[in-house]
Amino acid sequence: MRAALALLRRDIMLAWREGGAIGVALGFYLVVVAIMPLGLGPDLNLLSRIAPGVLWVALLLAALLAADRIFHNDYEDGALDVLMTGPLPLPLVAATKSLAHWLTTGVPLALLAPVLGLLLNLPIAASPWLVLAMLAGTPAVSFIAAIGAGLTLGLRRSGLLLALLVLPLYVPVLIFGVSTVSAAITGPASPWPPFLMLCALSLASIVLAPFASALALRNALR
Amino acid sequence: MISLANPTRFLSLVERLVPWLAGATLILLAVGLYLAFFVAPPDYQQGETVRIVFVHVPAAWLAMFGYALIAVAALGTLIWRHPLADVAAKAAAPIGATFTFIALVTGSLWGKPMWGTYWVWDARLTSVLVLFLLYLGLIALWQAIEEPGRAGRAAAILALVGAVNLPIIKFSVDWWNTLHQPASVIRSGGPTIDPSFLTPLFVMAVAFALLFVLLHLIAMRAEILRRRVRALQQTQVAHAALVEA
Repeated sequence: MRAALALLRRDIMLAWREGGAIGVALGFYLVVVAIMPLGLGPDLNLLSRIAPGVLWVALLLAALLAADRIFHNDYEDGALDVLMTGPLPLPLVAATKSLAHWLTTGVPLALLAPVLGLLLNLPIAASPWLVLAMLAGTPAVSFIAAIGAGLTLGLRRSGLLLALLVLPLYVPVLIFGVSTVSAAITGPASPWPPFLMLCALSLASIVLAPFASALALRNALR
Repeated sequence: MISLANPTRFLSLVERLVPWLAGATLILLAVGLYLAFFVAPPDYQQGETVRIVFVHVPAAWLAMFGYALIAVAALGTLIWRHPLADVAAKAAAPIGATFTFIALVTGSLWGKPMWGTYWVWDARLTSVLVLFLLYLGLIALWQAIEEPGRAGRAAAILALVGAVNLPIIKFSVDWWNTLHQPASVIRSGGPTIDPSFLTPLFVMAVAFALLFVLLHLIAMRAEILRRRVRALQQTQVAHAALVEA
């Protein structure tokens, strides 16, 4: 447990001090959301209707952009080999690094979302649900992204490949995330059922995905 | 299964099977197409377009069968380390993707006269599209990793992750569709299938299944030979380097 905590602290500190690691994802999120109205027209009614979808899709893209960082740096400098021979079981290493990705990418993106929602005329009353849904859904995003990051470790064009592999797996998260926020805006359905589904997806990913990530890592490092 | 683990024995089996399979496939395809296009009556609602269904439905079945085959082969790769499992999975991916593509294209050609549009974000269409994307991801992963062993295991992990996810995706897409457009869910509304349609459909399904197996065996043979060529080239290069040193 101590080893996992130390690894978590190290990863967060690296992301924090690496300069711009977190900022780039946030900036990317802002840019994607900002160019949407330019393509769709400035009609505020339309924008407020599609705001949940745009915010979620942009969040997925931004989180993916940061995802090949989950293992890549440690792979390059050999730290991953040390971790593999260390006391921590490999699935736990993968889980810890996924958690670090969530804390340094998912959480900041979720917290930025309501501000971007203002740009899209998202009703302010829906903002708490937006943040809640994103906080509940982004663990699934991070833990599934780690599988893709493990599979594409050390490959050329790994970023593009990662997106192709992982984005189809995000369909459920996207659907339940958007339904939660849409239900909170328009009703009459309660936002609770899709929100709870979102929680279930995240919990299942947290339990299952690290084993797949660990298997992928072992394969990549063999 | 164990006796087939020897690629040479497998290759000789393929040599013996392929002509028979090819013949059976050709005959059944000919009979099926004849039944579908000339014998089956036009549907009272769908008219002549019903004939597209005879290609569409078997293709869609095989699209799903292909992924199931890859998932089972993935277990073979990861658990039993069967030497032919990842060859089977790799060979099945492009074939499965093609059948998925055929199902999507024929479906949208059928949808234009029936539904008035080539594409509807109907739950079933959407999940088949996602299945196609999963196939593309698998193929891209195989292309990206040079070493066959590593590529096979990586693709097996991805295939299993996809297999776990497919039911969830299917369920969530159903949810999404019923939530967004409950009134306009378009149904084919055809009659319960009449024997005059069922027979050609059945023949076509068997013909397509045989075609899948035939293409799969040929693709597996090609993959085994490709790996042998690769291994030969590597020993040649290693030998040349040794001589030079």
